[in-house]
Amino acid sequence: MTRFFDTRGKPWLVWLGFALVGLALALLPFALAQAGTTWVRIMNYTLLYIMLALGLNIVVGFAGLLDLGYIAFYAVGAYTYALLASPQFGVHLPFWVILPIGAAVAAFFGVLLGAPTLKLRGDYLAIVTLGFGEIIRIFLNNMSRPVNITNGPQGITRIDPFSFGTFNFARPDTVLGIDVSGPIKYYYLLLLVALAIIVVNLRLQNSRIGRAWEAIREDEIAARAMGIDTRNLKLLAFAMGASFGGVAGGMFSAIQGFISPESFVLVESIMVVSMVVLGGMGNIWGVILGALLLSFVPEILRWTVTPVQEALFGRMVVEPEVIRMLLFGLALVLVMLFRPAGLLPSAVRKRELEERLT
Amino acid sequence: MDTFLQQMVNGLTAGSVYAVVALGYTMVYGIIQLINFAHGEVVMIGAMVAFSVINLLVPAGLPPLAIVLIGAGCAVPICMLVGYGMERLAYRPLRHAPRLAPLITAIGVSIILQHVALMIWSRNILAFPQIIPSRTYFIGGAAITTVQIAILAICFMLMASLAILVYRTPLGTAMRATAQNPQVAGLMGIDINRVIAVTFILGAGLGAVAGVLFGTYYGIAQYTMGSVLGLKAFSAAVLGGIGNIPGAMLGGVLLGVVEALGAGYIGDFSDLCAWGVPLAACEGGGSFILFGSNYQDVFAFLVLILVLVFRPQGLLGERVGDRA
Repeated sequence: MTRFFDTRGKPWLVWLGFALVGLALALLPFALAQAGTTWVRIMNYTLLYIMLALGLNIVVGFAGLLDLGYIAFYAVGAYTYALLASPQFGVHLPFWVILPIGAAVAAFFGVLLGAPTLKLRGDYLAIVTLGFGEIIRIFLNNMSRPVNITNGPQGITRIDPFSFGTFNFARPDTVLGIDVSGPIKYYYLLLLVALAIIVVNLRLQNSRIGRAWEAIREDEIAARAMGIDTRNLKLLAFAMGASFGGVAGGMFSAIQGFISPESFVLVESIMVVSMVVLGGMGNIWGVILGALLLSFVPEILRWTVTPVQEALFGRMVVEPEVIRMLLFGLALVLVMLFRPAGLLPSAVRKRELEERLT
Repeated sequence: MDTFLQQMVNGLTAGSVYAVVALGYTMVYGIIQLINFAHGEVVMIGAMVAFSVINLLVPAGLPPLAIVLIGAGCAVPICMLVGYGMERLAYRPLRHAPRLAPLITAIGVSIILQHVALMIWSRNILAFPQIIPSRTYFIGGAAITTVQIAILAICFMLMASLAILVYRTPLGTAMRATAQNPQVAGLMGIDINRVIAVTFILGAGLGAVAGVLFGTYYGIAQYTMGSVLGLKAFSAAVLGGIGNIPGAMLGGVLLGVVEALGAGYIGDFSDLCAWGVPLAACEGGGSFILFGSNYQDVFAFLVLILVLVFRPQGLLGERVGDRA
């Protein structure tokens, strides 16, 4: 196997690999559409989760700051988009204007969370971020009075889909004689953004900043002694992670057309954390694997659990949603017990964990 | 003045329940520096078990007080078992792992317990049976019910007995020794694993009682009640100084009072009309309230963040600095 992947001296093999993966990704939505448009939608949500997981990976995996309120930034991005492109205030800005605004607003909130928590580490930080996520949700839930901003628990409806001139992402179209449905269009856009985020992550990892984050994660005091500006770099990690969450939130908002505080509960934060942990903190491919697994397995469960239970017991005994959550919980516990560095561990993390365990 | 006294009474009652839950966090943290994320779920399970037992016994025609006592009597051992089980299965194998590892398994355990409870007791909000006849007394304009008095009495009794256990018995000495230095405590002949297990069991037992009290006080129980209650109790433990037993008691009571007073006054304080802001809504004695009492849950988190920023060691804790 390793010899097969040995591309030294054979650059054309790399390009061939890229081309094959690219082709597969380009054809994927049409293959999924054969099984039903639902699966294309599921793929789209999976891509959103990949973006979220990669954003969180910057904070948790690279800089080692456990953030349990990450979904708050997703919420901030989603609400920024919803408020600037819906009848709520009658504002309808185009999406390429709002997405950067959403990213900036989310980054601002990231710094807002990061600044007071700079001194905290590990478990304390986890609890404070969790509290922060809840505060954001409580505000979204209650900011319908005295001035109606978020419309409270009812949420915001009729959010504009992405459109580019006359090209509307929500409507089916015929491009070059091929029928392309709305979700498939979104798929390509999401894929593009997800790829961009992957590239940014990859480039960050071995950059000066990435290595500084790694140093902070390993030993903050030593990192500071080496002349690393720990304060600014930690804030940068929060801001960058948050801005990715904000972009993903904006896209979520547009694809759904409807958002409410219900979508941004604690469980969602924990789900994203699970993806990062399960896949392998700090390893980009691991995190992507984690996001894929935790988005697709529950869907497959949803389609299989109900018929199986009906066949066995004659009725539905356990809802698929409950099984999904039980599996999350179990996965978190078992991964930590038996494979603490995740399914695809990053080399550094693995070494670290093995060293400390012995 | 009436609002003030009334909110003090309500705050003290809720606060004493927080304090009992906070003890569970602080004992475990003091001994192995782990935030037992799943402690809130133990409290929830305590409330749920008591709910089922009480509902089962009500038709039997026993005196109400006996029914509640049997309910609590069933909840406590079950929660202790849950507490012991999670220590044994999820935390003990990771005792020497990096600190994020047990924290993540704790989150996993918490999800599992929540959804097991969902499977058993459904996702509905359950009306906790109100069988104890409640009388209301008036002290200087504030109403206090028999249930509130009972809760205050039980909580203070529990706290006092725990304090005696920790500071006056051999077991308590072993616990404090393990908290200070597990290796040396082991060399002195203390079975550390046993002490840690007992700490979890004690904390879970306290949590179970707190769950029953919480259910009786607010009259509801739901499978999600553990997470917010747990967070508040954790905030209380941090406020008092985590790892510090008197601190958890003080923090719990204080947090309850802050929350109740906050909820009672935030509406008046954030009324822009009262501040003389000329708004259309204010004309004819109207009000323009920025934050109503529905922001009550924010206070616990604000307290948590403020304490961690300005006095991370808490009110009674000593400086732990980089341990965190």
